[in-house]
Amino acid sequence: MNGTDYDLVIIGAGPAGMAAALYAGRARLSVLVLEKAAPGGQILVTDWIENYPGFSEGISGPDLMEQMLAQVKRFDVEIKSGEVVSMDISGPVKQLVLLDATITARAVIIATGTSFRKLGVPGENRYLGRGVSTCATCDAPFFKDSIVVAVGGGDTALQESIYLTRFVKKVYLVHRRDQLRAVKILQERAALNDKLEIVWDSTVTEIKGGSEGVEAVTVKNLKTGEAADIPAEGCFVWVGSLPNAGFAAGHMEMDGQGFIITDDRMRTNIPGVYAAGDVRNTPLRQVVTAVADGAVAASDVMHYLDNM
Amino acid sequence: MAEGIKEVSDATFDAEVIQSETPVLVDFWAPWCGPCKAIAPVLEAISKEFEGRLKIVKCNVDDNPSTPSSYGIRAIPTLIFFKGGEKVEQIVGMVDKSKLEQSIKNNL
Repeated sequence: MNGTDYDLVIIGAGPAGMAAALYAGRARLSVLVLEKAAPGGQILVTDWIENYPGFSEGISGPDLMEQMLAQVKRFDVEIKSGEVVSMDISGPVKQLVLLDATITARAVIIATGTSFRKLGVPGENRYLGRGVSTCATCDAPFFKDSIVVAVGGGDTALQESIYLTRFVKKVYLVHRRDQLRAVKILQERAALNDKLEIVWDSTVTEIKGGSEGVEAVTVKNLKTGEAADIPAEGCFVWVGSLPNAGFAAGHMEMDGQGFIITDDRMRTNIPGVYAAGDVRNTPLRQVVTAVADGAVAASDVMHYLDNM
Repeated sequence: MAEGIKEVSDATFDAEVIQSETPVLVDFWAPWCGPCKAIAPVLEAISKEFEGRLKIVKCNVDDNPSTPSSYGIRAIPTLIFFKGGEKVEQIVGMVDKSKLEQSIKNNL
């Protein structure tokens, strides 16, 4: 290991990190995967994944993650709970400072993914966990036969809103444009779903409530400027994602939104430092692209280490 | 799920949590919740780390509807920290191990 603790440290144990660990482990590199919360990342809150090849009926996010984790564990990969708070990665020995330790490695793959973007409206933080949610699979059963509002227009917003309709009486999906970004098959399912109504050209401006939690969501029509309260017990927010890359800011090139810029081999502008999956400036954020990124990154790490 | 973490119910909540002399962290969870499963090992580790100083129990919200609703819980995982029978902190959603440790230290 040439005086470092590991050949490779992978930060983040979602699909990108797991795939990178699988490839690096099979290449017999000494690998540490650091995860700050729990292995799985965003797919833990995904109810059903039907666009990942190999599962003809689809698979739940947690089940897929369990499989990935079990697969990685066959190849001597160490997985540890830890969060990188600062780092020195400019030289050949990469130093990562955790809360309780400092570790060194010859190469680093950043696969920290994204977090849900917030609406940034009054009431959102106050009622988090008391009506405001980003996880339909976790929280939908608490809204049995209720009216809820959902916000967004992408794949996640549609997929999860449709899931909500299995429990709730009605979902009003508030979307700021007059058409959806989500994939066509989800749009078709939404159109056929009686419990799902799309509120076009509108945004949520406030989440109101009382001691029991959310009571109403204020929705403003962007074309007419008119605002009205929808009486609702829940507000599910799916308005895009933010990169979990704050710890890397200033260390490498990022785009305007803070996603890490890589080349087609997942290399950042720092030699020996890679980014894979949702955290990089990629045109598509899916499990299938995340695992591909992880594999490409790990295989380039092998070349990099061989030529050091 | 978690071997070492005791399950409490609507019936035992008062005795196990409210009347407890040791501070208690209650993990409100359900079998259908992915993130709940995912944080179980973290709670397991924390439970060993703070053994004797903190009691960790879990409450299945499917089987025990009245306790979570009396605390206004509409999201899981939710962790509630009780001290002397009073709720002192509530953490909603996935939580980092380090943040949880810090919050326990602040509350103990």
